Amino acid sequence: MTRRTASTGSAVASKPDSLRPRWLQALDRFREDWRSYVIYIGFVLIFLLFAALLHDDGFLSGTNLLNIFRQTAMISVMAVAMTFVIASAEIDLSVGSVAGLASVVAAMAVTNGGVIAGIAAGLAVGLVVGVINGGLVTMLNIPSFLVTLGMLGIAVGVARWITSSAPQPILNDTFNTLFGSGDIGRVPGLLIWTAVAVVTGAVVMAKTSFGRRVLATGGNPVAARFTGINTRRVKFTVMVVMSVTASIAGMLYAGRLQSGRFQLGTGDELSVIAAVILGGTSLFGGSGKVVGSLFGALLIGLINNALILAGLDTSQQQIVRGVIIIIAVALGRRK
Amino acid sequence: MSDEVDSTRAGGYAVEMRGIDKAFNGVAVLTDVDFELRPGETHAVVGENGAGKSTLMKILQGVHPLDAGEILIDGTPVRLRSTQEARAAGIGMVFQEFSLIPTLTVAKNIFLDHEPRGRFGLLDDRQSVRRSRELFAEMGVDIDPNALLGSLGTAYWQLTEIAKALAQEARVLIMDEPTASLAKTEADALFALIDRLEARGISIVYISHRMEEIYRIADRVTVLRDGRRVLTAPVADVTPAQLVEHIVGRRLEGALTWQARAVDRTTAPLLEARHLVAGPRVRDVSFTLAPGEILGLAGLMGSGRTELARCLFGIDRLASGEVLVRGRRVKLANAHSAITAGLALIPEDRRAQGLVLDHSVRDNLLLPLLPRLRRGPLIDERKGRRVADELIDKLQIRLASPTRTVRLLSGGNQQKVVIAKWFATEPTVLIMDEPTAGVDIGTKSEIIAMIRKTADDGLGVIVISSELSELLAISDRVLVLRDGTVERDIFREDISDEETLQLAVQGV
Repeated sequence: MTRRTASTGSAVASKPDSLRPRWLQALDRFREDWRSYVIYIGFVLIFLLFAALLHDDGFLSGTNLLNIFRQTAMISVMAVAMTFVIASAEIDLSVGSVAGLASVVAAMAVTNGGVIAGIAAGLAVGLVVGVINGGLVTMLNIPSFLVTLGMLGIAVGVARWITSSAPQPILNDTFNTLFGSGDIGRVPGLLIWTAVAVVTGAVVMAKTSFGRRVLATGGNPVAARFTGINTRRVKFTVMVVMSVTASIAGMLYAGRLQSGRFQLGTGDELSVIAAVILGGTSLFGGSGKVVGSLFGALLIGLINNALILAGLDTSQQQIVRGVIIIIAVALGRRK
Repeated sequence: MSDEVDSTRAGGYAVEMRGIDKAFNGVAVLTDVDFELRPGETHAVVGENGAGKSTLMKILQGVHPLDAGEILIDGTPVRLRSTQEARAAGIGMVFQEFSLIPTLTVAKNIFLDHEPRGRFGLLDDRQSVRRSRELFAEMGVDIDPNALLGSLGTAYWQLTEIAKALAQEARVLIMDEPTASLAKTEADALFALIDRLEARGISIVYISHRMEEIYRIADRVTVLRDGRRVLTAPVADVTPAQLVEHIVGRRLEGALTWQARAVDRTTAPLLEARHLVAGPRVRDVSFTLAPGEILGLAGLMGSGRTELARCLFGIDRLASGEVLVRGRRVKLANAHSAITAGLALIPEDRRAQGLVLDHSVRDNLLLPLLPRLRRGPLIDERKGRRVADELIDKLQIRLASPTRTVRLLSGGNQQKVVIAKWFATEPTVLIMDEPTAGVDIGTKSEIIAMIRKTADDGLGVIVISSELSELLAISDRVLVLRDGTVERDIFREDISDEETLQLAVQGV
């Protein structure tokens, strides 16, 4: 066999970084990556700020802090699922109204058929919506922004239609205790729901091949496909899980208020998406920080709570909240 | 290897493709193509853009189904219906446009979708990191497996791609233009790696436009032209001239040979750079450019070539130093002010930086001209159409219609659109970064002829290229950059051959 003439193995390995010790490499990574930790720094700073300013208004009292968890539980739970949606470079705008629809459907089913029927009906709402959302996005290639924007209207419409816009009281104590109203010792049930959602989400994202596929799909869909990842299935699954999670959040609202109402969850999509982005997940897909999303949600809850304690009215709260979110996202933005 | 050996080892091929036909929408792309790959050989596949190289390899890789013919791997007929099946059969691809996820770490990319598992079936990232280190050690390269891929340069992406294929036990590696974005030392490291892989019995299909590389690393070469195989031979048995002849199918006139041009350097310079400093890569650069002169910028990756172009075009801010155009000092605060000053830059990555791929050829051409096509508040459509047609004509861009999207054009024609776009702004100085990267020889000679013609009209042209043969073919003068300063400033007539320039670039 003929052989080439040129010299081989010129041993000029390209290694500018290689001579640096490993801890220095880690430091370099942190320097590149510190923006993804902005949420934690921001959370602590804002917490300390409010603690100092609002100490006399009871901000630091145990009851108030647990209240923050209670008030943000539904946002936190949905933010976990939304982290996966956004990490796969999709979006779901219908989560708030799906929660509302699930709350009324579950309430009606509880009244007519008991606890099991209520839970099944609530979950079914999420499943049906999720399959429709995911199907339209992956089979017909309609952008999820448009599909879920349409679904936002449809879900509210259906919820109002079947209830004639009337609240649906839930008199079943088991349901109410299970979803939102109950405590275990001093620990609110909603806190447990949040913890379960966040731990599950964090493990799935970081430690399972499904999580890895979600990140790959959002990071570079073409590359993911060439690697053998079924990106449609990934996106479909993520959309379905999102809607089912939104329906659970709807039942949490219903259990907490002991009634299902179509208004429940209205506008939550914005808080949920803001929480995820605040948490360091890239709006363009490819990264997903579940724990960050929790802190994003808590930060939003913290701000809401503090603004109320500070005596601001609703309109002022909205303005301050908007400003803080823009600043936080701007700080966390990658160049 | 003799024929007898082949016959005794019928089936001794790592890969054998027989009688492959493939058509897209009724247009034949491959006709009756045979291709054989021996175990442990590096087999170059060459041909002009559109000759069918990529399609043939995509069939082998399971991306496209074949219309007729068969594929044998280790003598066994196989059906490759998906990339997964091809990969399972031991075929790995190092993509031209990389198949990696920038938002994941190197180790996570290498084991994507094949992650090692630990307890409870959860992913064991520590093991992937360890195995990545082992792979890199075996390859003789040093990359931090925990680094975020997006933060690394293209050379590392490529090595990661190779590691990814090796991690899946690939026995055949398909490399498509692997050195397109590598500096010389990086390419050398890659060639050394290819040798080590060969020694381990891994076969490599090497797609490239660069002759010198083919002669350097390939054992055999297959030439495709218009979807047919026109030659398969040991590299040592064909001269470069014969190879080129097979590729283009006609004798090329000397577009790639240097033509002495008369440049009047006694007149005032068009462009003068004085002690430019910008960022870490441009440390102190001074030079002048005469009217009608073609100035080549040579230097290794990291020598400051591209960065110099960027700061001349106002993309990177100058820390100090000044730039004079026709003797007047200009401020280069951003690209807009550079264009106003008469500078134009044709960027290196044409798809990302030079074109709006989904817009039509005409819209792309007219984009920098919009201010001149204004009639009142509206755009003068008729004039725009005329200007675009003239440009298409002048640059001989081959297309069905100016309203077609640029995405549908071949790489060479896309490059021509980028060049035409900037010609149209009638700049004083035209800066071109790797103007012929990834285009076939025919288009390359057309582009070089175009550059010469432009300079004949009195423009100053600065060409950056890592292909020294190309620099030597077009430049009137060559500036060798090293560590951000001008190491040498040589007239073309004083450079005897490529080796001389190579030595200057390497700083030996």
